[in-house]
Amino acid sequence: MTYEEQVQKMTEMMAKFVGHTGKKLPDDVIAKLEELREKEDSPLATVIYDTMFRNQELAVKLDRPSCQDTGVLQFWVKCGTRFPLIDKLESLLKEAVVKATFETPLRHNSVETFDEYNTGKNVGKGTPTVWWDIVPNSDKCEIYTYMAGGGCTLPGNATVLMPGEGYEGVTKFVLDRMTSYGLNACPPLLVGVGVATSVETAALLSKKALMRPIGSHNPNERAAKMEKLLEDGINSIGIGPQGMGGKYTVMGVNIENTARHPSAIGVAVNVGCWSHRRGHIIFDKDLNYEITTHSGVKL
Amino acid sequence: MVEYKDGKKILTTPISAEDLAGIKIGDIIYLSGSLTTCRDVAHRRVVEEGREIPVDVRNNAILHAGPIIRPLENDKFEMVSVGPTTSMRMEKFEYEFVKTTGVRVIVGKGGMKEQTAAACKDFGCIHAVIPAGNAVVAAVAVEEIVRAEWRDLGMPETLWNCRVKEFGPLIVSIDAQGRNYFEEKKIEYNKKKDEQVELISRQVGFIK
Repeated sequence: MTYEEQVQKMTEMMAKFVGHTGKKLPDDVIAKLEELREKEDSPLATVIYDTMFRNQELAVKLDRPSCQDTGVLQFWVKCGTRFPLIDKLESLLKEAVVKATFETPLRHNSVETFDEYNTGKNVGKGTPTVWWDIVPNSDKCEIYTYMAGGGCTLPGNATVLMPGEGYEGVTKFVLDRMTSYGLNACPPLLVGVGVATSVETAALLSKKALMRPIGSHNPNERAAKMEKLLEDGINSIGIGPQGMGGKYTVMGVNIENTARHPSAIGVAVNVGCWSHRRGHIIFDKDLNYEITTHSGVKL
Repeated sequence: MVEYKDGKKILTTPISAEDLAGIKIGDIIYLSGSLTTCRDVAHRRVVEEGREIPVDVRNNAILHAGPIIRPLENDKFEMVSVGPTTSMRMEKFEYEFVKTTGVRVIVGKGGMKEQTAAACKDFGCIHAVIPAGNAVVAAVAVEEIVRAEWRDLGMPETLWNCRVKEFGPLIVSIDAQGRNYFEEKKIEYNKKKDEQVELISRQVGFIK
């Protein structure tokens, strides 16, 4: 394959993968929703879960996006410095989104700011979002895909707390967001929390936290304990599916962290809706791929 | 008209104020007949610009939504995916909108506030939510897109006038008596949240 053919091939594979993630949820999300469905017994929660599962079946059967808001596409790439297509990666991801927009189809969700018009192609200045992590001495490329819908983007918030406010302040910051904005963000939610040194470090971690599998834990014992405390705490509020009341409000709480300045605690929260359309694919240098999030996919 | 079929309570357009009298918050209903998508800019045009809505929604239903539409031949369209958008964005306009248009059923996502509740009570209207993220369930209940108006607003904001059959489940969040499911629930949620903040705070004193 020539270099151009390789670029073409990876573009097509990414367009197909993005399209697939809009129609079928990742395995861990489906498993968690099945578990939560079993545990709810109120008539409203039951009718909501029945609708959700019928919808996911119909989406696959009719080959349509399961939710009409297919979001702004966001990619977190962990790219090896020796991955052959590194120079073309960002442009090919943009091209893949345009392709997926017409083939899947996806909703046109890119509005140019200030000029305030919809580009009609689902891409624009800086969209899709691409976050880079460069991996030295590697020839692989790992890509997380995410469809950031409007409803679950809205609760996003970040601030810097004074150390006196402590982790108690972090708790209040996260829980306040659940009762103010969480109801409308299509619970049961996956909640991502970043604890770091400033708004942008915390904010980025809060989104990366949403890429972690449901049921995974922060390697730090205290952070893992706080994940569990927040998960149980938010569930106890009783918001339930669609905010209409129920025993379970979250699919999980994932915390990501860095060290901080002694005078500041950066904290951010980001949520994923129940229709958490996250994908993860790893390419080797010959474009052989492994998909970790969705079983049985052929690109 | 209200009818019961296979254990489902179905509202069929045209809907009268009397049809809504027996419906309470938390009830699960379905809708058949005329349903028109109507969201931000359309509300602004009706309320702020004073323009006449080109689809008659009187005694019919609107849906706060921006769908994915596939154009067919002869100016016809197919509903691919449609789901509700956050209703709260329309709160600012909804009292005047209901008063002006005479709409009877507003379908959306999440709760609305005092102005909409007042409109529901004053003019005989309800707000209901369809479980969000279920765009295919909603789309297959659309039998036909009858008309498309205000197309200059683009795909999400166009008024897509649909004929629907047993569109739902719809969970009533504001009834025609003005009771508001989400606002009542929020009081409960906030109380429990304060308890949980206190409970968790006792266990996360990591800075010593």
